[in-house]
Amino acid sequence: MRADELERLIAAASASSEGEVVTRALSRDIELPHTAGTAVLITLDNGRDHTRPNTLAAQGLAQLNQALDSALARDDIVAIAITGKPFILAAGADLSAFAKIVNRDQALAIARIGHAVFDKLHASRVPTFAFINGVALGGALELTLHCHYRTVSSAASGIALPECFLGLVPGWGGAFLVPNLIGADRAVQLIIENPLNQNKMLNGLQAYELGLADAIFDGADYLARSLDWAGQLVAGSLSVARPEVDRGGSWDEALERARRFVDGKVGGASPGPYRALELMAAAKTSDRAEAYAAEDEALADLIMAPELRASLYAFDLVQKRARKPAGAPESSLARPVTKVGLVGAGLMASQLALVFLRRLRVPVVITDLDQERVDKGLGYVAAEIDRLLGKRRISPDEANRLRALISGTTELVDFADCDFVIEAVFEEMSIKKQVFADLEKHVSTRCALASNTSSLSITRMAADLDHPERVVGFHFFNPVAVLPLIEIVRGPATDEETLARAFAVAKTLKKSAVLVKDATGFVVNRLLLRWMAEIFAAVDEGTPVEVADAALRPLGLPMPPTVLLQLVGPAVALHVLENLHAAFGDRFPVSPNLRALVASGRPGIYDWTPDGEPYVSDETAKLFTVGNQPSTAEQLRQRALNALADEIGLMLAEEVVAAPMDIDLCLILGAGWPFHLGGITPYLDREGVSERVLGRRFLPPGVASVPTT
Amino acid sequence: MPRELRDVVFVNGVRTPFGKAGSIYAETRADDLVVHCIRELLRRHPELPPDRVDDVAIAATTQTGDQGLTIGRTAALLAGIPRSVPGFAIDRMCAGAMTAVTTTASGIAFGAYDVAIAGGVEHMGHHPMGQDIDPNPRIVAEKLVDQSALIMGSTAENLHDRFPGITRERADAFAALSQQRVQDAYEEDVIQESLVTVATRSSDLGWGLAVADEQPRPDTTVEALATLRTPFRPHGRVTAGNAAGLNDGATACLLAAEGVAAELGLPAAMRLVAFAFAGVDPELMGVGPIPATEKALAKAGLSIDDIGAFEINEAFAVQVLAFCDHFELAADDPRLNPYGGAIALGHPLASSGVRLMIHLARAFREHPDVRYGLTTLCIGLGMGGTVIWENPLFSSEGAQ
Repeated sequence: MRADELERLIAAASASSEGEVVTRALSRDIELPHTAGTAVLITLDNGRDHTRPNTLAAQGLAQLNQALDSALARDDIVAIAITGKPFILAAGADLSAFAKIVNRDQALAIARIGHAVFDKLHASRVPTFAFINGVALGGALELTLHCHYRTVSSAASGIALPECFLGLVPGWGGAFLVPNLIGADRAVQLIIENPLNQNKMLNGLQAYELGLADAIFDGADYLARSLDWAGQLVAGSLSVARPEVDRGGSWDEALERARRFVDGKVGGASPGPYRALELMAAAKTSDRAEAYAAEDEALADLIMAPELRASLYAFDLVQKRARKPAGAPESSLARPVTKVGLVGAGLMASQLALVFLRRLRVPVVITDLDQERVDKGLGYVAAEIDRLLGKRRISPDEANRLRALISGTTELVDFADCDFVIEAVFEEMSIKKQVFADLEKHVSTRCALASNTSSLSITRMAADLDHPERVVGFHFFNPVAVLPLIEIVRGPATDEETLARAFAVAKTLKKSAVLVKDATGFVVNRLLLRWMAEIFAAVDEGTPVEVADAALRPLGLPMPPTVLLQLVGPAVALHVLENLHAAFGDRFPVSPNLRALVASGRPGIYDWTPDGEPYVSDETAKLFTVGNQPSTAEQLRQRALNALADEIGLMLAEEVVAAPMDIDLCLILGAGWPFHLGGITPYLDREGVSERVLGRRFLPPGVASVPTT
Repeated sequence: MPRELRDVVFVNGVRTPFGKAGSIYAETRADDLVVHCIRELLRRHPELPPDRVDDVAIAATTQTGDQGLTIGRTAALLAGIPRSVPGFAIDRMCAGAMTAVTTTASGIAFGAYDVAIAGGVEHMGHHPMGQDIDPNPRIVAEKLVDQSALIMGSTAENLHDRFPGITRERADAFAALSQQRVQDAYEEDVIQESLVTVATRSSDLGWGLAVADEQPRPDTTVEALATLRTPFRPHGRVTAGNAAGLNDGATACLLAAEGVAAELGLPAAMRLVAFAFAGVDPELMGVGPIPATEKALAKAGLSIDDIGAFEINEAFAVQVLAFCDHFELAADDPRLNPYGGAIALGHPLASSGVRLMIHLARAFREHPDVRYGLTTLCIGLGMGGTVIWENPLFSSEGAQ
């Protein structure tokens, strides 16, 4: 790109980059060791501490461009190097800037600016070095790939190309440079597999082993050693040998593997990873200019795609709103929890015991109806501790500590000094009420009583207690160790201190909590069951199970409804559905076929062939009585989405949560619904469902979509 | 149990470039300066398995903040030495690193250690002299010590009073000589070989790399020095030009029992002969090296005439000149501080003892005809310390 054109693009982009936290490019002359000569070292530093990492946007790129131009214009230097502020190179492109882009020209411009600036490092006549001193995400890692040489700190963490996680592509050179540096097989791991596996990131050693850096140095004197190494390289006493990249069939095989992987993860619902695959395939033969142009186009398309805007919205929810839950009381109100009681020793309760033990590291006492059940629960916990020890997830000392903290009893008197008791007994109001009534005879008035109920009323549970103000809902999601959500349910009587304690406990458990009102099913179960009830109704009417399952495939949900049913267990699903039906009536019809399935005791609708293919067995099919009014997949999809929009509209009207964002947060964290849907409300908005059902959007334009100008 | 003392050798010493207080190292931690030195020593001696180090003694005068937390132990952990290697902090103000050496050397001689790391650090930018000190009120009430004793520049003025023959002109001339010798030593690559480069953080300028001492002023002339003001007394004699200045820096060295060094293949640069510390009037602390040296010579059974190389810390020119006058050495004797000293290089208090040893080891290498040398310095609150070393390269054929 011509210099004046770049200047123009940068000026235009900078003009619309208000509020940018500018990452400065600070240039300094360095006398390289080994009498190699003078280098210009550029430090990226936004002037904030480590809690606000460097990010790259228009004004920062302008500074970098200027720093590079100044260095390249000199004839008295032997090298140019780039590093970051302590612990952080940069966290990549400034995502908040992406969310503000309103037209494709702007999107294309930011892509082209990145390429044009970074390419100066590649085109430089003097050797260029990147010193990856810490976090290097996305655009920051791409920046390093344009340099001739790279070192990495063994203390670094957070090295990744997370673009596909958000529905983007590494389009500042990454999609072309990575496979050409480390081969397509490893590139697939970095660009596709890691981002789509919970956005896995690399540490310094892993990045080095993957071939992203030519040398690795300890954190203690990382930059001094890197400069020493650069000096040796420039002085000619050292050279770098990189393994040859295999450009044969393995390139195509790697991409084939990647495609299957992407299909399994997003099922065609998010365009980003597929564009990345295309770019990586082309990188095998295309030249640099062609590759960069293709990356520009891909970035421009994706930045303007609704999936990306929904992703950015979802990412922001998870990063920010999840950490500061709406409506949570001041954390300073929370009294410390020094002992936890757990009523129930079944599988769920035992899982909870383990999570409380590991995270709170306070005594946890469990109880159940009889010693046999208690022993079974204790046995589960002991076995899990052994398993963690065996996998070296915990040290022998930690295992001893945890074993000493868990105890079991059949006498509630042993709960007397607990500050936080949670029940996970059978979902039956009378049983739960009895448990709390019994507990109240023994625990102090300050002990919080929490219920892991998935759908019962906290208010009713607390009604006959002397101190209903200390009752709170504390709803985990299965599997407890995996899903990061807890719905914290506030009843009308629940006091601020109890609520604050519940949020504090959730945070210590490393879970994200969302405050919900005491309404049957709260958020996640209410929406999942509304949707499943709709699917079941269609099956009852005669829609084949396979068609029903396919109906929502375009959304890219983690699993089809029937598989979800199997995971939850038909009996549990039916039980919750019945509660919802009792509370809300016909919006939650109870399918007779579901009843039949539960009555049969079968674990779900599907059986699996030895090859892992699901099928409906004849026995299961015989259980079902179906009508003759089948829906098409598309009809059913519309119907299910309409139901979701309707239910969310009602929940917001009832103030079950503070805002649509909390609904989305719950679905992302509690049900694993994907970023590219933004949870669900951005999708319902962009598909016109909310307008159609409620006559309005859930979110204003621009919040999770391209802003209107 | 019969016990045999073991000879102790100085294997190698390294240091960071010395900065002006709060300048290049303003945003660099003191403990990190030490860490750089320790790691450099281990890099230079791959023949030494790190777990063979038996202790890490690091001196600092102000043991708080980034010089606190038992800095020898902290620095060892931060340097990545195996956790099985212990460490401790030590303090004798300007003789901190020297005391770290004599203390660990004593442990080696006794048989408690085979190998030790000793060094010192002072970040006078982060820890200005006199900060947070809390002198006992009895010092004033009972006139135990003259109040000038706590101000090092004033003690130097006091020394000029004691020795009226040491004039400001002589002090300035010595200072100019120190600058000249450091410049020459830089040109000969003498200084650089012991430096470890340090990446220096600056939030305004970006990262830099310290590769040389910041303080030397090669263009210094006695004429220019004569114009400097005397901050400690009106019309006094002590100036910023004939004193060491305020500095940030760290040093570390590797010591070993001579037999262990041979077993591991560690080279011996100097062999410890004797050491002594002596107390003097606190308000005249600069005279300390004289009795300390007398004492050490006596213990070694040597006389001053046996010493062929001198490394004396230049806290103040007057204190070096007092030493020279006492032992009848010319101030420009080429055997004394041949590569210059603290007036030019800087004096990060507790680190300087090892810097002197690094220079003496270099002098030994240059002069195999020299058998004995000494390192000495004056110490706040009225002390001196002297260590006498033998040159392992000495050969009688080379002797004159």
